[in-house]
Amino acid sequence: MCLAIPARVTRMLDDDCAIIELDGVQKEISLALVDDVAVGDYVIVHVGYALGKLDPAEAQKTLELVRAMSLVTDDTTPL
Amino acid sequence: MSAPQARTKRKFGRPLNFKRGVIELSHGSGGRAMAQLIDELFTRSLSNPWLEQGNDQACLELPAGRVAMTTDSYVISPLFFPGGDIGSLAVHGTINDIAMSGARPLHLSAGFILEAGFPLRDLRRIVDSMAAAARAAEVAVVTGDTKVVERGKADGVFINTSGIGVVPEGLQLSGNLARPGDRILINGTIGDHGVAVMSKRAELDFEVSVESDSAALHDLVRVMVSAVPQMRCLRDPTRGGVATTLNEIARQSGVGMTLEEAAIPIKPEVAAVCELLGLDPLYVANEGKLIAICPPQYAQALLTAMTRHPLGRRSAVIGEVAADQPHFVRMHTAFGGSRVVDWLSGEQLPRIC
Amino acid sequence: MKYIDEYRDGVAARGVAEQIILEAKPDRVYNLMEFCGGHTHAIYRYGVQDLLPDNVNMIHGPGCPVCVLPIGRLDMALSLADRDGITVCTYGDMLRVPGSGGRSLLQAKAEGADIRMVYSAADALKLARQHREQQVVFFAIGFETTTPPTAVAIQGAQAQDLDNFTVFCNHVLTPSAIANILESPDVRELGTVPIDGFLGPAHVSVVIGSQPYEFFAREYHKPVIISGFEPLDVLQSILMLIRQLNCGRAEVENQYIRAVSRHGNLKAKRMVAEVFELRRQFEWRGLGVVPYSALRIKNRFAKFDAEVRFDLSYTPAKEHNGCECGAILRGVLQPIDCKLFGTACTPETPMGSCMVSSEGACAAHYIYGRYQAAAGTA
Ligand code: SF4
Repeated sequence: MCLAIPARVTRMLDDDCAIIELDGVQKEISLALVDDVAVGDYVIVHVGYALGKLDPAEAQKTLELVRAMSLVTDDTTPL
Repeated sequence: MSAPQARTKRKFGRPLNFKRGVIELSHGSGGRAMAQLIDELFTRSLSNPWLEQGNDQACLELPAGRVAMTTDSYVISPLFFPGGDIGSLAVHGTINDIAMSGARPLHLSAGFILEAGFPLRDLRRIVDSMAAAARAAEVAVVTGDTKVVERGKADGVFINTSGIGVVPEGLQLSGNLARPGDRILINGTIGDHGVAVMSKRAELDFEVSVESDSAALHDLVRVMVSAVPQMRCLRDPTRGGVATTLNEIARQSGVGMTLEEAAIPIKPEVAAVCELLGLDPLYVANEGKLIAICPPQYAQALLTAMTRHPLGRRSAVIGEVAADQPHFVRMHTAFGGSRVVDWLSGEQLPRIC
Repeated sequence: MKYIDEYRDGVAARGVAEQIILEAKPDRVYNLMEFCGGHTHAIYRYGVQDLLPDNVNMIHGPGCPVCVLPIGRLDMALSLADRDGITVCTYGDMLRVPGSGGRSLLQAKAEGADIRMVYSAADALKLARQHREQQVVFFAIGFETTTPPTAVAIQGAQAQDLDNFTVFCNHVLTPSAIANILESPDVRELGTVPIDGFLGPAHVSVVIGSQPYEFFAREYHKPVIISGFEPLDVLQSILMLIRQLNCGRAEVENQYIRAVSRHGNLKAKRMVAEVFELRRQFEWRGLGVVPYSALRIKNRFAKFDAEVRFDLSYTPAKEHNGCECGAILRGVLQPIDCKLFGTACTPETPMGSCMVSSEGACAAHYIYGRYQAAAGTA
């Protein structure tokens, strides 16, 4: 449900719109549902609208948590 | 080439207006207007001895051997897309269908269905592109046909091309020959054509610099056949993508298949478009790719031969044939699990959920 | 793709999977429901189930807006599309779903109805602006994620004073559906399917926040982990659920913290509240009538309500009585327990809601997981 993708804002446009970029793909989206978005921010895009911002610090923490959870593989080198 | 031009000018009075002119019903009615269109556009652009004879058929001398024949119709929107257009596509697609038998493609026919009102300038662009593709592939369009339908009864241009070629002696490639243990190879990245075409569809509204992979594969096939004549089967994964082609072969041969997701080449931009639209790149169309199946001991030699060819730089072994009763194509995901890669049900549509 | 690929990493997945095997107690079963089709899709597409021990069961919930839309509502959209002068716009997901008599929007389009696939509600609005002579109806479906964009479109139509744009609103609410599953007699009284915990929605929660789930943790004593839709998110959330269950906790935890806050997107929620209000009840395919589970357009915006403008009324359509979706959505049965599965009912000819989109439990099992049963492997 609710396919939504994190993508980076590369350019602000008029009318609460912006261009986002995802690995070489550009798309115009609406920022009507979010406040305080700046170029360089990652937003969660759903049906052409940014639904919220992605927090890079929390994203990093989640990955670290994943690593900490799997202590088992920490001392074995990945294949 | 300048001689016929001078002649046609005299023959039809005022030459075709390629700046502002459009296709009219009279261009398909068999009269003078049609003769002029054929002369000043088709024959001139596609020029070869057969067409210049002006007969309703081409009489051909074929080398000895089994003849491969195929036909395909091309309807595509938009007509022009990054990396090609309906004209080059109609040549490449039919050449590839012949080449997948291992045959050397020799001659094509071309039938055009034109919608009244279609700009002559665009038509010339399409025919010129068709001619360039045929010339580059050393294949001649030896006979053709044109019909015009009323405005609103077609979408600009539809093209049908048929082709024939000759299969080298002793070569036997077929979709029912895959055997358990065989390796599955592809000659490069998947989904380029489908994504390039989608990127120009107004309603999807995104920008990406991916070009269609549309290409004639017969020279690559020639190289592959001479490197590994023991190959079992070749097929081009066009509509329905790699997933559909593998399912077809699995069913024909009565085998299963196992793919390695991590080994399947894909451009990051293509993956990103698929992510945005909720599509699976395994089902996205290709026009310059082939799937090859060969016995395991020849896989390395085949891969080496493919990688040396300009159309095979990013070739890869993507999986192997399995003795699987239900004829499923399975995939080991890069994540570490596995899943079925099923037939496509219906047309793949962008999703929001 | 940054913030996507990291969460699909196979090496990290193996680590978490090993930890799950280590921590899942062999003497009990964990029945975990992923509410969302997004999770169902990730589980099947990446083969997450293969990494889980046998005693961790994933039950695929009703979280796909295409699947739960009752046929009667689709029939209403079809009847609109059949009228002259009306253009129906909708998301690609809806086009193939069969209505009564098996007729889909795609088929209606082939028969000449003016039906357009749009990627966004804004595209439908644009179409209305460009074709003032045509009545453009946006057939809106979706959960809390998809509702705010529809609200923006309706407000835009009002600002531009468009009199040829309306919305046929089918937006539904996630928490009411979860409550319905927990309240169903199967679960509460018979106790046949003790759902032990939930993976909570990712993108719905970006909008509504994690707070609405606190009720479930409190009232029903079920742990809820708000989980991202990438496979590593799912795996990590499963481990978090197992840890809570192992020590008897029932809390809301937020695994998708990179995008979800406790209160969600206040601006989006405000816009939704301006335009929409609760329906007293709404039918969900597979669940039946669920009280206060959907939204309708407020009176103030009635001008943009297709149900008002075109005087539409709802007639429930009959479902195939062999379909076991209700039981599957509650975890009582598995897709393969249905007699119609894979025979009469396939993705090409769906008989019930779970087969309608690739996010439905039956379709996901058919498309991605079938070999498990057929080949007898786990
Ligand atoms: S297989 Fe079809 S009929 Fe059976 S429960 Fe699933 S959706 Fe319903």
